Amino acid sequence: MPSNQDAPLKTYLDHLGRGELAYQFSPEAGRAVFYPRVLCPFTGSDRLEWRVSKGLGTVYATTVVHPADGRPFNVALIDCDEGFRLMSRVEDIAPEQVQIGQRVRFRVHQGGGEEPPQPVFVPVESA
Amino acid sequence: MDGLQRGSAAVVGVAESDLGQVADGMSIIDLMAQGVKRALDDCGLGLKDVDGLFSATTQSRLSVLALAEYLGIDPPFLGSTIVGGSSFEYHVAHAVGAIALGLCNVAVIAYGSTQRSVGRKQASVREVNPYETPFKPFMPASAYALAASRHMHEFGTTREQLAAVAVAAREWALLNPAAWEKKPLTIEGVLSSRMVSYPFTVRDCCLVTDGGGAIVVTSAERAKSLRKAPAYVLGCGQSVTHASISSMPDLTVTGALTAGKTAYAMARLGPAEIDVVELYDAFTINTILFLEDLGFCKKGEGGAFVSGGRIAPGGSLAVNTNGGGLSYCHPGMYGLFLLIEAVRQLRGECGARQVKNCEVALAHGNGGVLSSQATVILGTQATL
Repeated sequence: MPSNQDAPLKTYLDHLGRGELAYQFSPEAGRAVFYPRVLCPFTGSDRLEWRVSKGLGTVYATTVVHPADGRPFNVALIDCDEGFRLMSRVEDIAPEQVQIGQRVRFRVHQGGGEEPPQPVFVPVESA
Repeated sequence: MDGLQRGSAAVVGVAESDLGQVADGMSIIDLMAQGVKRALDDCGLGLKDVDGLFSATTQSRLSVLALAEYLGIDPPFLGSTIVGGSSFEYHVAHAVGAIALGLCNVAVIAYGSTQRSVGRKQASVREVNPYETPFKPFMPASAYALAASRHMHEFGTTREQLAAVAVAAREWALLNPAAWEKKPLTIEGVLSSRMVSYPFTVRDCCLVTDGGGAIVVTSAERAKSLRKAPAYVLGCGQSVTHASISSMPDLTVTGALTAGKTAYAMARLGPAEIDVVELYDAFTINTILFLEDLGFCKKGEGGAFVSGGRIAPGGSLAVNTNGGGLSYCHPGMYGLFLLIEAVRQLRGECGARQVKNCEVALAHGNGGVLSSQATVILGTQATL
């Protein structure tokens, strides 16, 4: 029987709105799934559990974007301890000081108006 | 699964359309049609012979229909696989398969772009990825920059080594009259250019030009009677590892590994037997990653491999002999030009940049953000 399943993105953003970094876990694959979706890319199963990350991770890759106008800013890929990776930004330090291997902690930027909330990270020591 | 048969088809005609900055008002289909006419002239065939038509572009949703209409033909076999800049390497494999099945006999693969004239924003639709776009990566450069950061971290690759790729490309471009860039470039010149997305300056990034072209693929049987020496399709391979950079399993290993293995197996050849290598150099890290993944050096040693002029004219391996996307031409989906240059090298048509005793050429296309990888190995009659 078809049902109106919630969009994975909506569930994710609802969690973010509550200050939580949510991800999915595939019991059959025994591993995390990110970005959220309606089936597991490792098994094809549609059985996915929502979990909330502890919010700790490690910088996997980093770059500093130099816009034509405006200040340079960081874009990074973060490996969260639960075994999933996401694109984000490390804040509270200069963008060029973000280092691969650095430990970071999740923080939410609540959006305003049309802007959805965003998961960003800060160095663990300054969290 | 039998798969494609080594040497069953050949690339028999190749041509660029106008390149660089094309005349005001030229459309992408005008450029495709220029390429088609010139490529057919190159092999002595005509539009009446074309029964397979392929195209890919970012500027038209139904480009193959627009092209068929423009050319006034109704080919029974059409292909519009679009996987970014490697689309044309996919088209070659699909054309070889279609020819083997008798679905067509003369396939034309065309491309056109006016991204320089109309502006990069007009030339391709910005797609919103809710898990990436909010962080404002400068795409596609930032995705490749993230891969470069990881390569530098794991293997000690340096900005100077990345710059060596751009310098080698420029040296080749100076030997190619059709190249966009006409002035010499130094490593210092790359490093001191405007930073775009660290570690890339603008000189680590491909050009933004207009351009297009076409190639003609037909059966090995028909190829024998045409105007120029055929470039036989010896091997093809493809791999897709991800679409967005945050989903790439390992930023230092690309799908070129799988694509290359498949193509080498079909060709019954290995990297040691390749005489000229045409790699999709959208960014300097690409050349390093693909040289590693295609087996020309070990993983992690690409930085050292490209240094000291080793891939420049006169070096130990001829790589991107037309000057590449970095210095020759990059209209957004560069993959077709890899095939054009590979064929010309096999024919011995390349003048000052001609690689000596060139019997086997490898063209490797890249699409998306290191996402879709496709290898085509071409060879002369002697390699059959």
